[in-house]
Amino acid sequence: MADYAWPPAGKRGLIGEEISRLDGPAKVSGRAKYTYDVNLPGMLYGKMVLSPYAHAKIVSIDTSAAEKMAGVKAVQVMKEPGQEVLWAGQEVVALAAETEDQAIDAARKVKVEYEPLPYLVTDAEPSAAGANARQFADQVDGNPDQGFAQAEVVHEGWYGSAVINHCCLESHGQVTHWEGESLIVHASTQNVSGMGGELARGLKVPAGNVTILTPVMGGGFGSKFGADTWGLACAQLSKKANRPVKMMLERDQEQIGAGSRPSMYAKVKVGAKKDGTLTAWSSESWGTAGPGPSGSPNLPYVVRPPDRKRRHTAVLTNTGPARAWRAPNHPQMCLITMAALEDLAADLQMDTLQFFLKNLSFTDRPDVYRAELEKAAELIEWKKKWHPRGDKTPGPIKRGLGLSIHTWGGAGHPSKCNCTIHPDGSVEVSLGSQDLGTGTRTVIAIVAAETLGLPLDAVKVNIGSSRYPPSGASGGSTTVGGVSSSTRRATTNALNELLAKVAPTLNVSPDQLEASGGRIQVKSDATKGMTWKQACAKLGTAPITALGERVAGARDELISGGVGGAQMAEVSVDLETGIVRMEKMVAVQDCGLIIDMKTAVSQVYGACIMGVGYALFEEKVMDQQTGRCLNADMEFYKLAGIGDIGELVVQMMTGPGYDERGVIGLGEPPVVSPGAAISNAVANAIGVRVPTLPITPDKVLAALEKGGRA
Amino acid sequence: MSKRDEPKEGKRGLGRREFVKLVSGTSAAVSTGVLTNVELLGAQTAAGGKTAGPGAVPMTLRINGQARQVTLEPRVTLLDALRESLDLTGAKKVCDRGTCGACTVIVNGKPIYSCTVLAIEAAMSGANIQTIEGLAPEGQFHTLSASFVQNDAQQCGFCTPGFVMAAKAYIDTHPNPTYEQVKHSLGGNLCRCGTYMGVRRAVVDAAMKMKGGKS
Repeated sequence: MADYAWPPAGKRGLIGEEISRLDGPAKVSGRAKYTYDVNLPGMLYGKMVLSPYAHAKIVSIDTSAAEKMAGVKAVQVMKEPGQEVLWAGQEVVALAAETEDQAIDAARKVKVEYEPLPYLVTDAEPSAAGANARQFADQVDGNPDQGFAQAEVVHEGWYGSAVINHCCLESHGQVTHWEGESLIVHASTQNVSGMGGELARGLKVPAGNVTILTPVMGGGFGSKFGADTWGLACAQLSKKANRPVKMMLERDQEQIGAGSRPSMYAKVKVGAKKDGTLTAWSSESWGTAGPGPSGSPNLPYVVRPPDRKRRHTAVLTNTGPARAWRAPNHPQMCLITMAALEDLAADLQMDTLQFFLKNLSFTDRPDVYRAELEKAAELIEWKKKWHPRGDKTPGPIKRGLGLSIHTWGGAGHPSKCNCTIHPDGSVEVSLGSQDLGTGTRTVIAIVAAETLGLPLDAVKVNIGSSRYPPSGASGGSTTVGGVSSSTRRATTNALNELLAKVAPTLNVSPDQLEASGGRIQVKSDATKGMTWKQACAKLGTAPITALGERVAGARDELISGGVGGAQMAEVSVDLETGIVRMEKMVAVQDCGLIIDMKTAVSQVYGACIMGVGYALFEEKVMDQQTGRCLNADMEFYKLAGIGDIGELVVQMMTGPGYDERGVIGLGEPPVVSPGAAISNAVANAIGVRVPTLPITPDKVLAALEKGGRA
Repeated sequence: MSKRDEPKEGKRGLGRREFVKLVSGTSAAVSTGVLTNVELLGAQTAAGGKTAGPGAVPMTLRINGQARQVTLEPRVTLLDALRESLDLTGAKKVCDRGTCGACTVIVNGKPIYSCTVLAIEAAMSGANIQTIEGLAPEGQFHTLSASFVQNDAQQCGFCTPGFVMAAKAYIDTHPNPTYEQVKHSLGGNLCRCGTYMGVRRAVVDAAMKMKGGKS
């Protein structure tokens, strides 16, 4: 009998190898059909009317002129008179027409009367936010006063990260159509198994009537969990018109209202002894998550001296609401902590790396961080290239090095997998999961093929439909843990049924058999056995189906949670223009047992590149004068381009000490540190701190002006 | 105090038609590797005397070697015509304003953002349009596409067909690109997942395999 435990090193055929993603050919050739690409016969196009005011009460809505416009087939009011809109861009009315342009024309004819109300769209200091500031209770650990009394050097500074967007390339949206009382939704979602129930509640139909389909999707990053107001409106329009409706957000809507990351700023005081040992931390932080309060960050991050206190104030603003953004709160907390610590190290005139190594006892996993920092230092040539604050070489181009460490949980979400072995030898595994571009589909196939001793292409992976056994939403790096555990269990269970069928033929007991190399064979004598196809033929006409489940919260020897990770950045900064250029970035990351090395490394590359974006370019710019977002497009909301990233080096920590922990998620951790590592590198280069991200040229020049040249 | 719907007029700022007109008029380059309509299609389309529309008009687009008849309003972009009327959905709609490159197709051998060209312009000029669907014959796989898969140059994949088409147009005229040249040639395409490392390798590897051939 086969058991669930992962095969040990040396017995793995596919796990840990570099395997190309299975949906790669369909995507690269343009054949993969994303939600945005779904075109159904008779399909209408939906558009929405958005509030032009940052805060207003709706007085009246008149859709009569719009209803008479050419091509209009249905109108759905999304906000009733008397209700408030809380940001400029909030959805008020939706309508559907024969063509997209007709829908746009008609939306312009909807008359909405508003009563404008006072608004705040900037996340200035809490003291300037008036009633929009919500202060949380102070959190105190140990004895901070005593800790600061013991400090021989104290650094005070302020640091922060601006609001940024998810900027998914496939905007939010869906194509909906009804078949009688059943609703079929092609949705760009991270939550195939969970989204239907939410829609069903809104539509007051049984949850079983709603099917969600997401074979591929164009990015989510934490912003695509819910059905959203437009999902409900689209289904309602479909119902009214009795036609399929496609309603995808336009780019400005996507940037304004479909996902932002909260800002976070903090005034920090941190103390250490002369030898670098941290003694105390104190911070007063604030930030905005839009109209709702942002959570209180757990500062300091990763490196936590026992004597510390913190206070947080949420600033409520009339901006599009925040959504989970890859590693929620971690990049912001990381920047505040690592920048303050690096400034303190500079005050102490210590090598930053030595300072961090000295304080690893204040982290949860000192040995992992030590190994990772040492590896990163080797890869970026820290000893050779690091210099004290301020590059003293002549000329306007200054180079600097910075580092940061981070953490994330991972573990696994609940997941069920159904494995079917057909009498003809073909195999299917089915899960109500989704592949956001992370490689989930490929990981499932690898686990199934490894378990059954088959080549990768012998397994058909069915995901992206709510008709398959439910899996959790893809968030918080929990997917790979969830689906690899349930797939391993389902395929092992199915295999054991097959082994039991075949064993009598071979005159052995099932526990003496194994599946390997496309055969079912006796473990002690591989010549005794039969091909997979021959074995499956013994099933007669009845396929085997077996379920495997990763149970929420249960102890699971196949997976773990909790990783480290260290990153180092090398930048050059032009003192005359303020432009920061990425030279090199090294990311060293552990994530337990790696299933597919190729897609794992791609995750880390991608995280570093996203990190370069939020460190140097990205900011959602709001205008208090008009209450509007000034850069709801991709021209002035700047993503990093292919020429902006410098050289990237990724080192995955694998082997003894890592592999036996089982599978751990990887999506979030590597995106946490880039901002802090890059900010520290800039400070090391120019000799002064640029306090906030993104580090744009104007901020570099302002910091130099204020702090003096290096 | 109550205002009736006032700020909504012109809320989108410059409309697409104004944008196209402006670009055509000034011949300003928009971004790396992108041509204006005047350079691409010939000045006669911008300065043409006949008026079409505003209703739908029949037109013929030359796409992947085939003449395709469509009836569209003159304001419909080439991108929307491809995606919504011809179900050629490989070119993606992302920024819809000539920034991100996800809608890149090859017109008369040059990469263009199909969201910045009107379908009627492409039809009137008789432009030869190649989309990602026409990159390889049915059932075959282009060397460049294979190289993207091999080098994991895609994650969510939404930007990928645009990258492939931009890279194809570049390799056709620069058969031995360096990493540095690839960075410049693909500066007009944006990816959110962060696949640039794979893209660089994929393009250079593919060019070596293609040995300058147009396969």
